Amino acid sequence: MTVSSVQTLLTRRNDLSREQLIPLLQQIQEKDGFLSQTAMSELALALDTPVARIYGVATFYNQFRFAPLGEHVIEVCRGTACHVKQSLTIAQHLQRRLKLRPDGNSADGRFSVLSVACLGACSIAPVIKLDGEFYGHLTVEKLDALLDALEEAEAPAGEPTEGSLP
Amino acid sequence: MNRSLLIEPCCGRCTHSPGAPCPDLVACLQTGPLCHEDAACHALREDRLGRVLRGGEGTVLFVGAGTCGRANGALHIIEKIRDYTEARALPVDIVEVGCVGYCQREVFVDLRDGDGLRLSYCDLSPDNVQEFLETVFERKDLRNRFLYGRYGDAPGFEDVPPLADTPFFAGQTRVVLDNCGLIDPASLDSALAAGGFAAAARALTTMTREEVCQLVIDSGLRGRGGAGFPTGRKWKVALTTPATQKYLICNADEGDPGAFMDRAILEGDPFRVVEGMLIAAYAIGATRGYVYCRAEYPLAIQRLRDAIAQCHAAGLLGTNILGSLTDFDITIKRGAGAFVCGEETAILASVEGGRGMPRPRPPYPAVAGLHGMPTVLNNVETLANVPGIVRKGPAWFQDLGLGDAAGTKVFALSGRVQNTGLVEVPVGVPLREIVYGIGGGAPEGHQIKAVQIGGPSGGCIPEQHLDVPTDYGKLQELGAMMGSGGMVVMDERSCMVDVAKYFMEFIRNESCGKCTPCREGTTRMHEILTALTERPVGDEIRRLERFRGLLHLEELAQTIKDTSLCGLGQSAANPVLSTLRFFRDEYEAHIMEDRCPAGVCQGLRTYVVDNATCIGCGVCKKQCPSGAIVGERKNAHYIIVDKCIGCGACVDACPKQSISLVA
Repeated sequence: MTVSSVQTLLTRRNDLSREQLIPLLQQIQEKDGFLSQTAMSELALALDTPVARIYGVATFYNQFRFAPLGEHVIEVCRGTACHVKQSLTIAQHLQRRLKLRPDGNSADGRFSVLSVACLGACSIAPVIKLDGEFYGHLTVEKLDALLDALEEAEAPAGEPTEGSLP
Repeated sequence: MNRSLLIEPCCGRCTHSPGAPCPDLVACLQTGPLCHEDAACHALREDRLGRVLRGGEGTVLFVGAGTCGRANGALHIIEKIRDYTEARALPVDIVEVGCVGYCQREVFVDLRDGDGLRLSYCDLSPDNVQEFLETVFERKDLRNRFLYGRYGDAPGFEDVPPLADTPFFAGQTRVVLDNCGLIDPASLDSALAAGGFAAAARALTTMTREEVCQLVIDSGLRGRGGAGFPTGRKWKVALTTPATQKYLICNADEGDPGAFMDRAILEGDPFRVVEGMLIAAYAIGATRGYVYCRAEYPLAIQRLRDAIAQCHAAGLLGTNILGSLTDFDITIKRGAGAFVCGEETAILASVEGGRGMPRPRPPYPAVAGLHGMPTVLNNVETLANVPGIVRKGPAWFQDLGLGDAAGTKVFALSGRVQNTGLVEVPVGVPLREIVYGIGGGAPEGHQIKAVQIGGPSGGCIPEQHLDVPTDYGKLQELGAMMGSGGMVVMDERSCMVDVAKYFMEFIRNESCGKCTPCREGTTRMHEILTALTERPVGDEIRRLERFRGLLHLEELAQTIKDTSLCGLGQSAANPVLSTLRFFRDEYEAHIMEDRCPAGVCQGLRTYVVDNATCIGCGVCKKQCPSGAIVGERKNAHYIIVDKCIGCGACVDACPKQSISLVA
C-alpha cells in the first residue's frame, strides 16, 4: 500500500531536508515500483514543499516512472558501442516480437521494454538487461532463445500466453 | 563486511586505538612494527601480510566478477566452482575480483596454488567451467587450453608469457588499473597489502595542505573527466577561498555512452578512489565528501559503500584520521539518470535535491559551489591518480606521459575492434597504436573507417588521421576531444550520418532545456539529420528542404557552440561538425543520390522482390507496417519504393527468401 509505505519510510528518517528528496523518491520507487500521485503528495506534506516541485524534480530524471512496469523488464542499451553493433535491430525485434505499445509495454502487459542511454558494458555490446541480469554479445537469434526459454519456464504455470489480454 | 586482520594490534605495546589513532598506522601495518623492535611482532605482521596477499589458505581462485564478467556468467561460474569443490571437499577459496580490463576474453579466472604460483585463465563460461575444473583438479593439468598468462616468476611455467607481455597488455602502462582484477575489491586488507593508504598517510601526517596542492600542480595532472582542467590549480583555489565549510565531490556520473572506466575502477579498486578523495579533501580542507554515482552501476555503488564502511571501522575515515586532526566523511549520492548531471554545476543542483540544471560560471564551484561553499569536483579517474602522485612524486608522473603531457589515461575501447576492454596508456600515445596495436584492428578483414572519441561531446577521427597523439590540444584541433575516454571504433559498416544523428538524438533527449540554443538547436539539428536519412517522398519542396537543411546545419552548429550555457551544449555540435568535415562525401551521397553507402539508414534502403521465386503467398504483404507491398494472391508481389520505410520486416517474413536489399 502506497500511503503506508511512504509513511513508514518517513518515520524511519530524522534527517528530512531538501537534500534528501531524490534519495527518498528513489526509495519509494524501489518499494512501489513507480511514483504514484499519492506518494508524491504525501512526500510533499512531509517535506513541506509544493507537490509541483517534487513532480518537477521527478520528471527531470529518467530513472523515475509514473506508471507500474510489467512482470519482466528488459532494458535495451542504446549506447554508442551498442548502436554501432546494431542495437537498433535488437530494439526493433523486441518491438515486433512482444508487440510493444508506444509506452514500451507489451500488449499483454507482461513485458516492459525501456531504452537506456548506456549500461556501461560497452565491451560486450550489444547488451540488454533482462530482469536485472546482463546479456552481452547479443544477436536476434540469441534474444529469441532467451525469450523462448523465459516463456517456456512460465508456460506450465499459467494460461496460454498468446493473445491473452489482462 | 570483512573485518580487518591487519589492523589488529601485534602486542600490548601497540598504542593504536580508534580514540587515539597512531599516525604511523599505515606504515606500521605494511612494514612494521615501527614503535618497538621485536622479532616476534615483525614475524606476526609479515605472516598476516602474507596471508592477505595469498588471498586464502590453499588454492585460491580469483574470478573476474565485475559487471562485464557477470554478463558473461561469472556468478554462475562461481556457483559451479563452489558446488564442485564442496562436493569433493577441496580446500579452495574463491575471491571475487574486478575486471582485469580484457573484457573480450572474459571470464578470467586466476589460480594461485599454495606455493604462490599465480596463473591466469580466460575464455571461461558456465558451459566450460566443468571441463576447466576437471582438468585442473582431477588431471592436475595447469597447462590447459584456457591458460593465458602468468604473474611474476612461475617456476615450471617460464615458457608461458607473463600477463603484462601478452599482446593486449604489452602496450599498456597500468597505474590506475594496477590493482584491478588482481586484488579483492571488497577487502581493505588487500588494498593495504598492495600499498594502499600509504600516500594518504604521508600527506596527512607529514605535509601541509599547500604542499599537497603544489605537488599536484607540479605533477601536471589534468582532469580526466573531459575538460582537462589542471587539478592542482582547482584545489589551490578552493584552499585559498576562506569558508566555514568546504566540500569535495567525486564525479562518478559516467554518462558518456561508450565510457566505462570509472565503473571498472570503482568495481575493481574502490579503496584507491577513497584514498584519493581523502588526500584531496585534506588538500582543500574539506570535511564532507560526496560520491555522485550513476544508479545504473549497482555493483560499483555496493563496492564503494563497503569500502567506505571498512575505512570508517579502521579509522581511515571519520574524525581525527591517523591522529592528524583531519575529519572527513563520504556520502554516496545515487544519480537518477540524467546525462547533464555530469556537468559540475548540474551535479551541485542535483546533490542539493533539485533538478540537475547547470548554472552560468563564474562563480566556479571551487569558489562558490554546494550550498554556496567552496567545492571541488573531480572525476573518479583523476582522484585515482592522486595516491600514486603523492607516493612516487610529481617527476615520476610527468615522465609517464609522452611529450608535454603527464600521466596515463584509461580508454574504454569498444565497437568494431577485435579486442575490446579497458586500455591504460601514457597520455600522448597515437590513437593508431591503441586501435591497431592493442585493439588488434577491425575484425574479420573489415576496414576501420573512424574512431569516435569523447562521447557525445567528442568527434569522429577518420582512419587517415589516426596518428594523432591522444593529447588534449591535438585532439581538439581535429574537432574531437579527450572527453572521459570512450573510444568507439567504426568500420565500413557504420554510416557517419547515422552516427551524427544518433548523437544528436542523444543530446536532444538529454538537454536539460534551460537555455534556448541547446534545447531548440539540437532538436532542429536532429530534424535535419533525420530528413537526410529518409527518402524525400512526394513534392520537390521536401527535396529542397533536405538540401537547405545541410547548408543550415553548419551555421546552426556554430551558433549552438557559441551561445550555449554549459559544456553539454557547447560541445553538442562536435559529432556533426567532425563528420561533416571528414565524411562530407557520405552526406552528399545521402542528399544527391538518396543512398546510404553503408546501407545503415533504414529510410534509404530499397528492397525488391524477386519475381521468379515469389510464390505470392502474401505473408510479406501482411507483415508490412506501411502497406508498401502490393500483389495478387499466387502472383508475384511488388514493393512500392516511395511507401517503403525500410524496416526489413518483409525480408524476415518471406518463406522463400525472395526479398533482398538493393545495394
